[in-house]
Amino acid sequence: MVRVQAKTMNYEPVIGLEVHIELGTHSKMFCACSANYFGAKPNTHTCPICLGLPGAMPKANRVAIEYAQKLGLALSCQVQLSSKFDRKNYFYPDLVKGFQISQYDLPFSQKGFLLISEVSLVGKMKKIDITRAHLEEDTGKLTHATVNGKRVTLIDFNRSGVPLLEVVSEPDMTSAEEAKAYAQKLQQIVRYLEISDADMEKGSMRIEPNISLRPIRHPEPFDETQDKLREGSKTKDQDSSSTTQNDRQLPNYKVELKNINSFKFAEKAIEYEIKRQSEILDQGETPVQETRGWNEAKSLTFSQRTKELAHDYRYFPEPDLPPFVANSAQISKLKRSLPELPDAKLAKFKSKYKLSDYDAGILTYERNLADFFQEAYKAYPKGQPKRLANWLIGELAHQLNEEGKTVKETSLLPASLAELLYMMDQGKITAVVGKEIFAQMIKTGKAPRSLIKDLKVKIISQDELAKIVGAVLRENPQAIADYQKGKSQILDFLIGQVQRQTKGTADPNLVRTKIIEKIAKDN
Amino acid sequence: MNDLNLAELTIKKASQLLATKQVKAKELTAAFLKRAHHLNKKLNCYITICDEIAINQAEKVDQLIADNQKLPPLAGIPIAIKDLFSTRGIKTTAASKVLENYIPVYDATVVDRLRGSNTIFIGKTNQDAWAHGSSGENSDFGPTKNPYDPGRVPGGSSSGSAAALAASTCLVATGTDTGGSIRLPAAFCNLVGLKPTYGRVSRYGIIAMASSLDSIGHFTKTVYDNALVLNVTAGQDDFDSTTSSHRPNDYTKDIDRGVGGLKIGLPSQYYEKLDEKIKKTIMGAAKKLENLGAKIVDVSLPHTEYGVATYYIIQPSEVSSNLARYDGIRFGYDRSKFQAEAKRRIILGTYTLSAGYYDAYYLKAMKVKRLIRQDFVKAFTKVDALICPVAPTLPFKFAEKVNDPLAMYLSDIYTVNANLAGVPSLALPCGFVLGLPVGMQIIGSDFSEKLLYRVGYAYEQETKWYECKPKL
Repeated sequence: MVRVQAKTMNYEPVIGLEVHIELGTHSKMFCACSANYFGAKPNTHTCPICLGLPGAMPKANRVAIEYAQKLGLALSCQVQLSSKFDRKNYFYPDLVKGFQISQYDLPFSQKGFLLISEVSLVGKMKKIDITRAHLEEDTGKLTHATVNGKRVTLIDFNRSGVPLLEVVSEPDMTSAEEAKAYAQKLQQIVRYLEISDADMEKGSMRIEPNISLRPIRHPEPFDETQDKLREGSKTKDQDSSSTTQNDRQLPNYKVELKNINSFKFAEKAIEYEIKRQSEILDQGETPVQETRGWNEAKSLTFSQRTKELAHDYRYFPEPDLPPFVANSAQISKLKRSLPELPDAKLAKFKSKYKLSDYDAGILTYERNLADFFQEAYKAYPKGQPKRLANWLIGELAHQLNEEGKTVKETSLLPASLAELLYMMDQGKITAVVGKEIFAQMIKTGKAPRSLIKDLKVKIISQDELAKIVGAVLRENPQAIADYQKGKSQILDFLIGQVQRQTKGTADPNLVRTKIIEKIAKDN
Repeated sequence: MNDLNLAELTIKKASQLLATKQVKAKELTAAFLKRAHHLNKKLNCYITICDEIAINQAEKVDQLIADNQKLPPLAGIPIAIKDLFSTRGIKTTAASKVLENYIPVYDATVVDRLRGSNTIFIGKTNQDAWAHGSSGENSDFGPTKNPYDPGRVPGGSSSGSAAALAASTCLVATGTDTGGSIRLPAAFCNLVGLKPTYGRVSRYGIIAMASSLDSIGHFTKTVYDNALVLNVTAGQDDFDSTTSSHRPNDYTKDIDRGVGGLKIGLPSQYYEKLDEKIKKTIMGAAKKLENLGAKIVDVSLPHTEYGVATYYIIQPSEVSSNLARYDGIRFGYDRSKFQAEAKRRIILGTYTLSAGYYDAYYLKAMKVKRLIRQDFVKAFTKVDALICPVAPTLPFKFAEKVNDPLAMYLSDIYTVNANLAGVPSLALPCGFVLGLPVGMQIIGSDFSEKLLYRVGYAYEQETKWYECKPKL
């Protein structure tokens, strides 16, 4: 019998992410033009500075710098006390000055990290290191079109000069899901800080994955003969007890992906790339170091240009902008001004409010919702956090979906929701009525009390309810007898009778309770 | 107003005539415009003469005078503006074919301040293209001629500004000084030329040459006039982050205080190989100041000899980056219109910034720059000001140096170090040799322009070289 030796070659993806975040400042990075260009007519947000006209000089946007420092702090980076801008020189039609003002060796922040949930192990976190976060200006936008029958390229400079924060990760991610988790976490933190709307569709967040593969060698299948032979020729480097032998070095190439407009595309593109590269490596060849674009229509990546190992940008310090010096007191102050960040908030929601992973996750996904919950709970201290959570996750989410709004866009007040919940708890209104009022609260921002008046909701008092319960029980002695014999379904009949009298204004659960109490009391 | 009278005028005198209604702004302006047109054929000082605009501006001033309004300090004064300064609605070429048809949509800050002071724009002056040059011969629109001898260069790069003023077609002319481009033409044309402290005057709107060295200044006939103009142009500008928050002085106040008690240094390195005739002229000036009460002292600026090399690494590096925006897409013509000297500097500068060479060239040069500055800072603990030559030669003939770029670069030997150190320097006339103007420069510590004027004024009043006129 001949044993087939199969040497299986597997690869471990080595993925890093470069994320560009367009900051939500009012003005551009180096001039007073509006940075909010989405939807504006082309070339209407321009001035000599962002058009790179002769003689124009940059003026640094202090708010953008503060935002950059805030993100650095939120990512546990070392925030640079002394920082500067540098010129990155290259020619391209969308780059008005022929150089981009960016940061080279003294970025605002370095050496941080963020935590993502381990893809395979629930509850465990994986640390992804962040190399740096620096500020730069965005370029104009090129569009290819046909004008008067001629193929031309049009340039819109509205985007030229908009502040960009570039966050570069270490190549710590090993799968498409991890990359997606990282990007989503970064987006969440950025939104928590309210420094950008980080919207991939609008282009205010752009992802460029860098992908390469490194081989993982698996040992051959067990074979006694081979084992004996191997024993003889074993060197001290080989450890036969290990099951994998990874080359921990970085691969000698990497491929950059561009034109990815959503997290879903990012995942697909990365997975496609992993497969493409492994096929090349299987042939014994090395994938070309290059930039590739994602083609969603064809679900593939295609070569855009060969990325040289190091493009010569001839960096030198921007002479028109003096270096920035912050002192540690200013940075400490900035650190104290940071809001509670997602990880901490999630942990708090689990420990303080005893909410499940799932509930806490949904509630803290967006800061606005988390803040709303906390504010509402302050006005609902006697209530159950779980109940409040359910209303936000269920009913609120449903209503917001209908309205197409976020909680911040409505005039709904946290205390109003608390009030509504109390009213339902006390049985003053039924759950059905409660939902109706809630819908109105979201639309109008009015408090439950005034809406009840407006909608002429009938509220039944405790006394009235007791009277009706008493009357119904008196009229139905046979039902009581049946109940006492154990026919608990008869309760539904009794509840129905009470509801008819109250015209549905009493909460069914409360009615049930009252009936049971009354029967027990009288008998 | 006949021509002779125009040549006799200073800003001070003209302001007086206007304020006392002895002459109308429109009359004065028309006379200067006529003279400008007439002499431009011979001297080629102007690329653009702004007849209509100037007359409109003059009419506004006449209205102010008629209404007995308080006049701004430079109201009605005709000014020539170097074509490197962005002037809204007026063609601005940098004397280059690349910008032959470029009309800015905004004013440089300095231009805005001059407009606010109701000056009259006579025209935009010729220069070495992109300020690359020391003679004016690198203009894409023909060289400017020296009014004192039209066979010789007026100095550069602010060639047209110097010639326009020396020929009395205006009363003040603006310039830029990155390596001597105001001081050299001032010395060659018997004028007062100020290179202010780096960061004293805003660079916003002025086509950048070397951003860490460019200094924005001006030419006048007299020292007092020069101070008057600095009062208008000096001061912090939000649009230029490299301007200083140091409050400008009133530069005309106490200008006549004299030099008694001042210590003036003569740096030995500047006089070692200096042409004997020029040396004699400047030493004569130093002696005059001594007679007026100053103490003349020998000082040493040990890193002087590294200035030109340092300058010609830093400046082209920054030039190569600053000229990258001229791609012909948004304005102007494309890069094929760059002429030889511009190409030379772009290539040089790209090389000195390139990977593998950045450390050896640009970074190294920036370190030497600091040493050069330290020389000056140290010297100013011993003396209040320095007196140095401006040019190594008398105004030279056309074509003498233009085909030898290195020889041309060496014209800057006495001027570049002040730019590298960032300190201010006032060039002023100190005599004639063989009928040609010789200038000297008074160099001071940061923001010491007031002191420079004081020293210059004292010397000037003793010698009155401004009374000499070119034969035109």
